[in-house]
Amino acid sequence: MAYDVAIIGAGIIGCSLARELSRYDKKVALIEKENDVAMGTTRANSAIIHAGYDPEPGTLMAKYNVEGNRLAGELAAELNIPFERCGSFVLAFSEEDMKTVRTLYDRGVQSGVPGMEILDGEKVREMEPNLSPEVVGALWAPTAGIVNPWEFALLLAQNAVLNGVDLLLEHEVSGIEKEKDGFVLHFTDKEDVRAKYLVNAAGVESDEIAAMAGDDSFSIDASKGQYYLLDKSQGALFHHVLFQCPGPLGKGILVSPTVHGNLIVGPDANPGSARDSVATDRRGLEHVVKESRRTSAAINFRENIRNFAGIRAQPSTGDFIVGPSESTPHLYNIAGIKSPGLSAAPAIAADAAAYLVKQLGAKKKADLAIFRRAPMFKNLPEEEKAALIKENPAYGRVICRCETITEGEIVDALHAPITPRTLDAIKRRCNAGMGRCQGGFCGPRVLEIISRELGIKPEEVLLDRNGSYILTEKTNKGGDR
Amino acid sequence: MEYDLVVIGGGPAGLAAAEEAKKNGAGSVLIIERDRELGGILNQCIHSGFGLHVFKEQLTGPEYAQRFIDRLEGAGIDVMTDTMVLNITPDKTVFAMNAEKGYMAIRAGAIVLAMGCRERTRGAIAIPGDRPSGIFTAGTAQRYINIEGYMVGKKVLILGSGDIGLIMARRMTLEGAEVKAVVELMPYSNGLKRNIAQCLDDYNIPLYLSHTVTDIKSENNRLSKVIVSEVNGFEPIPGTEMEFDVDTLLLSVGLIPENELSKSAGVEIDPRTSGAVVSENMMTSVDGIFACGNVLHVHDLVDFVTNESEKAGRAAAAYLAAKKSGSAEAVEAPIHLLNGTNVGYTVPQKVTVSKVDKFIEVLFRVKAVLKDATVVVRAGDTVLMTKTRDQMLPAEMEKLILPRKILDQATGRDIIISALKEKSEVK
Repeated sequence: MAYDVAIIGAGIIGCSLARELSRYDKKVALIEKENDVAMGTTRANSAIIHAGYDPEPGTLMAKYNVEGNRLAGELAAELNIPFERCGSFVLAFSEEDMKTVRTLYDRGVQSGVPGMEILDGEKVREMEPNLSPEVVGALWAPTAGIVNPWEFALLLAQNAVLNGVDLLLEHEVSGIEKEKDGFVLHFTDKEDVRAKYLVNAAGVESDEIAAMAGDDSFSIDASKGQYYLLDKSQGALFHHVLFQCPGPLGKGILVSPTVHGNLIVGPDANPGSARDSVATDRRGLEHVVKESRRTSAAINFRENIRNFAGIRAQPSTGDFIVGPSESTPHLYNIAGIKSPGLSAAPAIAADAAAYLVKQLGAKKKADLAIFRRAPMFKNLPEEEKAALIKENPAYGRVICRCETITEGEIVDALHAPITPRTLDAIKRRCNAGMGRCQGGFCGPRVLEIISRELGIKPEEVLLDRNGSYILTEKTNKGGDR
Repeated sequence: MEYDLVVIGGGPAGLAAAEEAKKNGAGSVLIIERDRELGGILNQCIHSGFGLHVFKEQLTGPEYAQRFIDRLEGAGIDVMTDTMVLNITPDKTVFAMNAEKGYMAIRAGAIVLAMGCRERTRGAIAIPGDRPSGIFTAGTAQRYINIEGYMVGKKVLILGSGDIGLIMARRMTLEGAEVKAVVELMPYSNGLKRNIAQCLDDYNIPLYLSHTVTDIKSENNRLSKVIVSEVNGFEPIPGTEMEFDVDTLLLSVGLIPENELSKSAGVEIDPRTSGAVVSENMMTSVDGIFACGNVLHVHDLVDFVTNESEKAGRAAAAYLAAKKSGSAEAVEAPIHLLNGTNVGYTVPQKVTVSKVDKFIEVLFRVKAVLKDATVVVRAGDTVLMTKTRDQMLPAEMEKLILPRKILDQATGRDIIISALKEKSEVK
């Protein structure tokens, strides 16, 4: 197949750009080696839309963060992406920390972050009563928010696909050949793809992709961060994003409610990690618990429901790498997208799209189809619940007890653009299995629904990535051997 | 919709409570069950060993449940299956929905909470390592194998020596899997003695006490290796690591009563049991809301669930009768049953002494293995009663009968129950 643009990597960056380009009359491929979108850094991060006071003013990180923060609100409203502009605190525990808070405030002012205030400890505890008495003050940034990062990427990708972008899942790039007017992409086990322009949004592997295309101007270090995700009983303790003041010992541990009502605590930082492992380790997890106590001693870690780790792509240049490659014509790099990458993504995508549109002389399509996330059944008013069940009884059947997710919602997800084929893909689309029993009760039933709706054998339904089989074979064979 | 009694949950607890309440004149009774069939978790417990106390014979889980389901025939109890309760308010309105009737608000004169429990997961104990497929709670694996008819793996390690883990060790062995070991964090097993003998010893499956899983490795996104270390207390001892090449890890690391609905109704929860605080008639802190079975505290035997739930059913019927006749007489404040040395919890936690006819039955668990022990019942410094026991285990629930006259001797003071190590002569 031949495309005008091939985007490598369907994380938040690739999905944002694919959606932008789908507004135009050009052929676009979104290429991903995993079996779903948002499978890398996008699904394992702090889930924060930062206000933008943290990066050094003048950097790409600062510029795209502040602009991306504004755009994220618009996108969330347009596509019904779970997003809450709840505001963030940077907590100070000493006078030394207060100096840092003032520095961050000044940076924010320079970068154009609206509405910030420096508050004293008393005022902060008034807004967050469960905070430690050691908090002496904080930077308050009302534009910070919390988001569901994988649904953010998914909704953008679904809209891109709906408007003509080809999503090529399970396509792992094994080689890139330069041609006169573009590139030929080779894959481990799929047909070649030709593209006039290549966008490198390959996350932690973006240096390898760039090198394949002849650009070795940067390298990426994988930094792993580990988290706790706690039950909603703990999510109710806090109402804002709570950062600790960065100090000589690190960036501090974040405590924040999630858009689902859980509590997220983490991450630690492990530069020099392996690129392909998101394993957690005991020492890192213990560090997260210990450091979080500075923010609040009220968190009950017995209410933990899941640990996870994510990889950040740390660029050798220290800043986001966004723009046409200096060495390889027709290659556009979006690399080293560490924090605040999620916040910056919509703004980066807008810039990249503008460049490509100009290069290709693309024209806007007459009309754009829009796919919005359906409201969660459990949040509907009673009359609407009753009406929906009458229309389709599957909405009356609760499959996931912990999160109250109905069969109707799961079936809808299975027939939406970008078919989920795994238990975790269903979890990412409609929250079934995200709750306190972690799919213990609903897993077998979700598996049955996937098998039924997609017409595949139960043994073929995976938990997550390729290879993650759940069932081995039918029973009643044991006695024969 | 309106019912005198709504029972939430159609497992062994809900069935026994509903039937006993109906028998004792509770009026209109409704059982709401979220699964497609009545019987609860018993439906997937296809091994035998149920019913020795209640029916004096060995039944499988489905057979045990069926005895109660059969009794529903002609009993005049309404049942809604495949129906999810979404919320319960303190004024006893139950919000529920199903595919057939849609969204319902059901007003109840009394409610019995019988929602059972759920399994603790990998997250609850924060096992580090990779996150591949092949890690199941023992109950989920049991459902896949016994209900869905599919195996979940070939080489298995089991963490936790709770009863479900032990049962699954045998079950997977019989289905042709190789169970390499059962690993237990505590220095003693958390399962019934008979299950250790019948499920592990009979199949030469080793049990490693004072060990835990410290790392998880995967190959091509499926579990490939589990690292087990010996512990000192709860701390893994470096250098004691053992590697098990397995594709499956089953977790049998505890059960948690499912009390999210109870909390929505304003029911006070005991942090020790994670279930409701109840008085001698199984009534919770909310007037007319009762609790029984594994939603109240985790039981070892379904027979004990049945006994407790029948008690709750009778009490709910009596409550409804008293409300109808307007004969709710004033009673004194309840006294509390407090946990003394080595006692983890008691059920009930409160007693209204004047309401006790002849005696109350107190269920409790000890926190350590005690041999030649003495159970001491005190009020303040006064010893009211002592009982000797040859052995008490954390894995096995203890029962204590407190006669009315002992309760009277407390003279309004709280009662403290302790389990002392020696067969001591307590004066």
